Parts: sequence; structure tokens; C-alpha cells
Amino acid sequence: MITVKDLHKHFGKLEVLKGINEHIEKGEKVVVIGPSGSGKSTFLRCLNLLEVPDKGEIIIDGEAITDPKSDVNKLRQKMGMVFQQFNLFPHLTIMDNITLAPRKVKGINKKDAEEKAIELLKKVGLVDKAQSYPNQLSGGQKQRIAIARALAMEPEIMLFDEPTSALDPEMVGEVLNVMRELANEGMTMVVVTHEMGFAREVASRVLFMDEGVIVEQNPPDKIFTNPQNERTKAFLSKVL
Amino acid sequence: MIHTFAQITQQDWLINLVDTLADGFYQNLIHQNRFMYLINGLKMTLLVTLFSCLLGILLGMIVTYLKMSKFWLFRFIANIYLTIIRGTPSVVQLMIIYYVVFGHVDINKIAVASIAFGINSGAYVSEIFRSGILSVDKGQTEAGRSLGLSATKTMVLIVLPQAIKNVLPALFNEAIVLLKETAVMGYIGLQDLARGGDIIRSQTYAAYFPLLTMALIYLVVVMLLSYIFGLIEKRMRLSDNR
Repeated sequence: MITVKDLHKHFGKLEVLKGINEHIEKGEKVVVIGPSGSGKSTFLRCLNLLEVPDKGEIIIDGEAITDPKSDVNKLRQKMGMVFQQFNLFPHLTIMDNITLAPRKVKGINKKDAEEKAIELLKKVGLVDKAQSYPNQLSGGQKQRIAIARALAMEPEIMLFDEPTSALDPEMVGEVLNVMRELANEGMTMVVVTHEMGFAREVASRVLFMDEGVIVEQNPPDKIFTNPQNERTKAFLSKVL
Repeated sequence: MIHTFAQITQQDWLINLVDTLADGFYQNLIHQNRFMYLINGLKMTLLVTLFSCLLGILLGMIVTYLKMSKFWLFRFIANIYLTIIRGTPSVVQLMIIYYVVFGHVDINKIAVASIAFGINSGAYVSEIFRSGILSVDKGQTEAGRSLGLSATKTMVLIVLPQAIKNVLPALFNEAIVLLKETAVMGYIGLQDLARGGDIIRSQTYAAYFPLLTMALIYLVVVMLLSYIFGLIEKRMRLSDNR
């Protein structure tokens, strides 16, 4: 479903990604771990071109999205993204946050979009917040809305960029629960996170990144119990 | 009844003052309906301020778009405009536009003044708009784009509504600055509030009465505007806490 070939990205003189090769199958749940500054968020953001790669190729469903002729907006409709800082639209109600893109991008009428939104709000357990504004919600609630908002576009792939890193500890669980449910439904997911428990439980594959490359990748039971690479060992010994 | 010397002078001083003020009031404002210079002047000031405000906002939007464009030529044009307008006095710009640009054209002076002050204000307004757009977190744009909204739709539906709220205080301030800035329109022969006061001064040879009255009118108008703008800002802030 996603194929990444020799992906490079610089920020000024800093080389953040130094040649990433990766293939992600439909339905896979790939969790990316690694120390901060290792390039894992940049890698994720390259997948929907929020960062434009300097070199390399990204192919999604057989379409080379790194080709300048490809339709970025069309591509992004296939991929939902959830951010560390939620990025809900503060001037819109929760309902409008969720229905904005379906209505303005897909041209779905208001009634249908709202029905779908209610359905999604039930799924994330926040149907009573439809008419609230983002400022009235807790961090965990905001992130669950952000997930619902992304799902409203019916994406094939969901990207999560450290979705629980900005949350108070007691709110991490509610967000991970929603993500777990999504994983069980068969969604293709790429998750950058520091939640090793979640990685262990949900991931079909864990990528360990350091200094702009994928150092090691294995199923979670293997990478957590028997890491092969020295850097993986050093990192896991600090976080586990 | 015997008055002391001090008492007499004190009374005379008071009587003299009241006399002078009454006389000044009569000579400068009542006699020959001179107050009409100030009333008509105020109307002219408000009219030109309104027109140039509207033009300034329109120009400000266009220049913001140019300045934030990806094309270097657009940014270049915007930068030249900003540099020239912000680098020269508005009264000089007004005279150049009247005597040079429209020098050989028969055109309404009010239109000339509105265009000149509008062009001047547009530079400041565009910087206000630009700072407002930049004040909206980058994550908002990223969220919009990640949902598949185009750059334009993201700007119109997500960034601008938040930006406008952020820039209202600065925009209101610019309107007040503009109102006072128009006081130089007498240079091209328009009779605004400032010129009105000056005409009275030249007729009565009394400086303080017409000039202080004129200043007081400016002050009251600005205070009134500040009050109204304050109410609007308060309303906008209320909606922040929903």
C-alpha cells in the first residue's frame, strides 16, 4: 500500500532523513519509535507531503505521490492525520470541525455529513460535545475529536504523530483506546509514539529509527524482548 | 461698603475672565456662524476617513496577498509599495498625488484625498493583516491541508476567520491614526476640521479659542470611536470563551 524508496530530507544543513526504504501493507499497524530528533515525525509527515522530500520516492496505491504532477489534495483525502497538538479549529464547533472537510472537499451535503459525524462521535464517546467548542474540551477529548475529524474523510490510512505526547497522563488511556479500536477494525495505521505498551500490544511491526535511518524493524515481541542492534538495545533499556 | 484692594482686583480678574471667554466664544464660534467651519470641517474629515479606510482595507488585502505570494515578482511589487509608502510622509504623498499624478486631470479633491490616504493606509493595513495571518498557528494550516482542503480553502475557511479576530484591535487603531492623519488635507485646499479651525483663527486673530475647540472635537470623536471599537472587541472576546 505504501512504498518508500530512498527518502531523504534536509532542514537547512541538517540531514533529518538519510535514505529510508520501507514497505507497508494494507491493514498493517506500523509503530515508529526512536529518540527525539531521530526523524520519525519527519518521516511520517513526508508520507502525506506536509514535508516535501528532497530526494526519493513515495508510492501509495501504485501512485508516485512524490511526482510533482500528482494531486496532493486527492492523496491527502486517502490519509488521515492526527497531530500531537490536536490542531482542532478553535473558531468552529466540534460538529463543524468534523463536517468541514467532508462538505467542502467532498461536497457532501450538510445533513449526511452531520449524520456521519454523529456516528463518529458515538464511536469516540463524545456525542454530547457536538455543539461545544474545542476550548471547552480536555486534551484527551480534543484528541478523540481530532481522530473523529480525520475519520470523517473515510481515509484508507491513518497517520498518528505522537498523539498522546501532549496529554496529561490520565488522558492517555482514552485516546489509546480509540486507536486500539481503530486498529481492530483493520485500519492501516502508522503511529509515531513513545507509548511502548501500545506498540507492544497493537503493532504488527515496530520500526526503530535513529539519526535519520531505520536501524531495526521487527514484530513487537521480538524487538522488545530481543533487540538485535546496539542502538535499539540502548534506547529500549532507557524507555522500558 | 468698603472693599479691600485685594478683593476688588480679585473680582475684576474674574469678571474679566468671564468677559474674555464669552467674547471669545461669541467671536470665534457664534459670530457669522463661524462654528459652521468646524461642523462642515468635521463632516469632511469623517467622509475622507471613511473612504480612505475602505480603500486602505481593500489595498491592504491585495498587498498582503502579493507579499505572501510564492512568486518573487509579486513579493517584489509589494515590497516596493511598502517601502515607498512607509518611507515618506503622508502629506508629501498627498501633494504628489494631487499636484503630480492628477496634476492635469480635473478630479474631485475628496476623491484625491481618499485615494492618497487610502494608499497610505493600505501599507499599514497590509502589515496588520500579514501579522494576523502569521499569528495563526501553523498547525491549523497543516490540519486543514491534511484533511485534503486546498491551500485557498484552508486560508479562507480556517486561517482568515482566526486572523481577523486577532487583528481587530490593531485595525481599529489604524482607523484612529488615519482619522488624525487626514488633518493635513488642507494642503490640497480641502476644508476639513483642522483647516476649519485655522480659518476661524485667521479671521479673528485669536489662536487659542478656535485651535483648542478644534482639538477638543478631534479628541471627542476619537474617544467615541475608541469606545465603540472597545465594545466590538469585547463582544469578539466573549466568543473566545465559549
